[in-house]
Amino acid sequence: MSAEAFLQIRNIVKEFDGHRAVDNVSIDIVKGEVFALLGSSGCGKTTLLRMLAGFETPTSGTILLNGRDLADLAPYERPMNMMFQSYALFPHLTVFENIAFGLRRDRLPAAEIQSRVESMLKLVQLGAFAKRKPHQLSGGQQQRVALARSLAKGPQLLLLDEPLGALDKKLREETQIELANIVHDVGVTCVLVTHDQEEAMTMASRIAVMSEGRFLQVGAPAEIYETPASRFVADFIGNVNLMDGTLVEDEADHVVVDCDDVRHWIGHGITGMRDMAVTVAVRPEKIRLERDNVSSSPTEVDPKPFNEARGTIKDMAYFGDYTVYHLQLAGGRVLKVSQTNVERQPDRPLTWGDAARASWSDLSQVVLPR
Amino acid sequence: MSRAGRGGRFAVIAVPYAWLLAFFLLPFLVIARISVSEMGATTVKDIVAWKDGTIAFSLKFGNYLLLAQDDLYLRTYGSSLLFAAVTTVLCLAIGYPFAYFMARSRRSLQPALLMLVMLPFWTSFLLRVYAWKALLTEQGLAANAIESVGLDRAMAAVGLIPGPGQLMNTPFSLILGMTYTYLPFMILPLYSTLAKMDLRLLEAAADLGASAWTAFWRVTVPLSRPGIIAGSMLVFIPCVGEYVIPELLGGPQTQMIGRTLWDEFFSNNDWPMACAVAVTMVLLVVVPLAVFSRYQAEASARST
Amino acid sequence: MRASAFNRWFARAWLAFGYAFLYIPIVALVAYSFNDSPVANVWRGFTLRWYVALASDRELLAGLALSFKVALTTACASVVLGTLAAFALVRYPRFFGRTLFTGMVAAPLVMPEVIIGLSLLLMLVSLQRATEAAFGIGFPERGMMTIWLGHLLLGLAYATVVIRARLQTLNPQLEEAALDLGARPWQVFWLVTLPMIGQALLSAFLLTFTLSLDDVVLSAFLSGPGATTMPLVIFSRARLGLNPSVNAVATIIIAVVAIGVVVASFVIAANERRRVLDAAAAKRPSAAA
Repeated sequence: MSAEAFLQIRNIVKEFDGHRAVDNVSIDIVKGEVFALLGSSGCGKTTLLRMLAGFETPTSGTILLNGRDLADLAPYERPMNMMFQSYALFPHLTVFENIAFGLRRDRLPAAEIQSRVESMLKLVQLGAFAKRKPHQLSGGQQQRVALARSLAKGPQLLLLDEPLGALDKKLREETQIELANIVHDVGVTCVLVTHDQEEAMTMASRIAVMSEGRFLQVGAPAEIYETPASRFVADFIGNVNLMDGTLVEDEADHVVVDCDDVRHWIGHGITGMRDMAVTVAVRPEKIRLERDNVSSSPTEVDPKPFNEARGTIKDMAYFGDYTVYHLQLAGGRVLKVSQTNVERQPDRPLTWGDAARASWSDLSQVVLPR
Repeated sequence: MSRAGRGGRFAVIAVPYAWLLAFFLLPFLVIARISVSEMGATTVKDIVAWKDGTIAFSLKFGNYLLLAQDDLYLRTYGSSLLFAAVTTVLCLAIGYPFAYFMARSRRSLQPALLMLVMLPFWTSFLLRVYAWKALLTEQGLAANAIESVGLDRAMAAVGLIPGPGQLMNTPFSLILGMTYTYLPFMILPLYSTLAKMDLRLLEAAADLGASAWTAFWRVTVPLSRPGIIAGSMLVFIPCVGEYVIPELLGGPQTQMIGRTLWDEFFSNNDWPMACAVAVTMVLLVVVPLAVFSRYQAEASARST
Repeated sequence: MRASAFNRWFARAWLAFGYAFLYIPIVALVAYSFNDSPVANVWRGFTLRWYVALASDRELLAGLALSFKVALTTACASVVLGTLAAFALVRYPRFFGRTLFTGMVAAPLVMPEVIIGLSLLLMLVSLQRATEAAFGIGFPERGMMTIWLGHLLLGLAYATVVIRARLQTLNPQLEEAALDLGARPWQVFWLVTLPMIGQALLSAFLLTFTLSLDDVVLSAFLSGPGATTMPLVIFSRARLGLNPSVNAVATIIIAVVAIGVVVASFVIAANERRRVLDAAAAKRPSAAA
């Protein structure tokens, strides 16, 4: 337990009718960090967040904030505030009154409420909208009011429930950065819940991938992405090629995995032993794709080269800045390859039916237990 | 949840619950008790006695036997159900197209149309029933209108009225009065369901080759089933036990169980008999009610 | 779907006849209230004498006063109890005996009034006898109090329906947000929930007020000496035959109700239009900041 541990979640279990929504979760959250709970719907992330806020009571386990047990504190007694998925702005109050709501409950003097609300409005750049009612605002503006309202009381912990879920793509990209900046400027510790990987990866300093009430992996975004701890996590985050095989060579500085139609030479040692069943994960952007000009006879070519595969382009999708190819190998396996379109108008771009050769470096794979 | 929260929750549920138990459920037990006793001896002590160390009930089921055997009561129950059913069908026949056309008219017009249907509902129903009395007696506007087209002779032939020109205090006036009063109760749930219907379903049906008529019967009507059932329940069940309309507009040919209950109580002063009539009426009504609420529960379970 | 011309005219005709059917009695009532004839059927001339007679009709005026008092207290109590019942049904999905509770709340809506009236009266009589035997004073006395109890039973059922419908559409996150921001539960109800369901409470109030004012059967069973409501007065007169004073009262009531309903509709429509305009204004590019 680090001395900086700010929020301590210990063995939290939440049961509904015999079904465990949150299954023995423990984590320490450090002051000032942005911690994301990432998972698909039903994984328990929202339930966990609501237990932090005080809307659900844990079946067992403790939550400590700054060493203080929150168990007997009602939501209105906890020093944390939540930004709701639906924003939950009070429709009958103006923007000003919405933000001032929490301050008024604290019986602060009018002058102080005035100045605090004004500084919040300035923070989210909605100064001109103080007198409007929520239904007179656009979705993005409503979100900013919700954020201002949740920060107005200067909470020790900010809880965000799918903060960008209701916005369309363009707005989401702009708001992601803005939101991250505001949170960073204010310096508040954040726990954020989302099903959107992009949201988690851009905003969080640490991510916990959740499934069926448990934490599958906790780490920084890069760690989760490049070093997934399990097949599930590898598959959940981004796109990945998963190849099942057997460990045929196990040395301190390299291992070799035989996946029938593909052989991997991996340039680092792993904890494991020979003949172990493993899965090799390679991300599409780590694979290079070239037109296959081989015309030599099969016997001259190494039938099973390392970190290489030959096939035909079965499918492709053009995204403007990059293209995704589906390369079908001889044995039927399809490799997903993603290439940035570096050239504006290449000479002979790859297209459906072309023979192509995929290759990847020996540090691009991750070996996962099967 | 904090202690205060739990206490608050208890109070919120307990107050209306206790009130309903005391003033709705308890009275039913009371009339059940009285229905099995004799007039003048209706307290609990008269029914349950402690005799020789055992509990003895002296339940008088005579009232119920009378109900089952006496022709008059059976016929009255039967005609109540019949009149209620006819009223429901008429309300449906008039009300469904009405609600349908309301729901399909211009969006901007619909609130005004709805308001015009609600207005009679807010006006005293007693007065409106009384108004039909004025309209249907001799020389009344409606009476004149009906007689002038000879409709009264057709109705006399069918048995709706005893003879041409005698429109008041007949099955015809009763059915007219009940249909008139309960029509808004049929229109409102129907309109509510029809207005919420997604019109794109009809477009899809047309796209798949259905004519307007087919689309109506195979898409609109099945989807409006909840409204039809709700409206029918809201008309049928209260109609069975109606008192005011049969009293003002009905006559010797229109025996309704509501009037019977009233007469037993107020005119004959026979409390146990009135209670027996009430208990049987409740049983008559409870069955459709139970079916209805089961249907409602299933419908809401399906939609979630 | 293109409606043929026939369809459109058929629709309009049906609506027209339907509305005519609904309004003929009302129009007749109003028209005949100005009829200078003791027989309210044959038109003889325009007069206001029935209205003048109303002013000295003590029986009717007393009935109106009583009805008004009962209606007011019924409406207030119905809204309070109805709010509690609606909350119990919407916010607490599981509690002991919930099915029975739901049934009891809904039953008065469809149950014939004669049954409710009879059962309630007999129970109150038993109660009266019991308290008389135990304490020497019979409670409750048949009169305004008992009428009020009966009307409240009916009013509770209607109020619960209206308030419950509104509560169900209320976003529960609003109340959670208020709690999260530091409001105690009763503050949440007062500052957030109540304003949001305000219109439903008003509807429930008006609905139960009207129902109580108009009730005949329950009042008949539950009234006592000296406690005759206006509908009972009208009913007894109507049973005897046609009576022009009834027409005059009817016209006044109709006028009041019509004005009320029309005004309310306009206010609601205006609010609705403003809300739509406001929401649309928020989407325009100039509004984005």
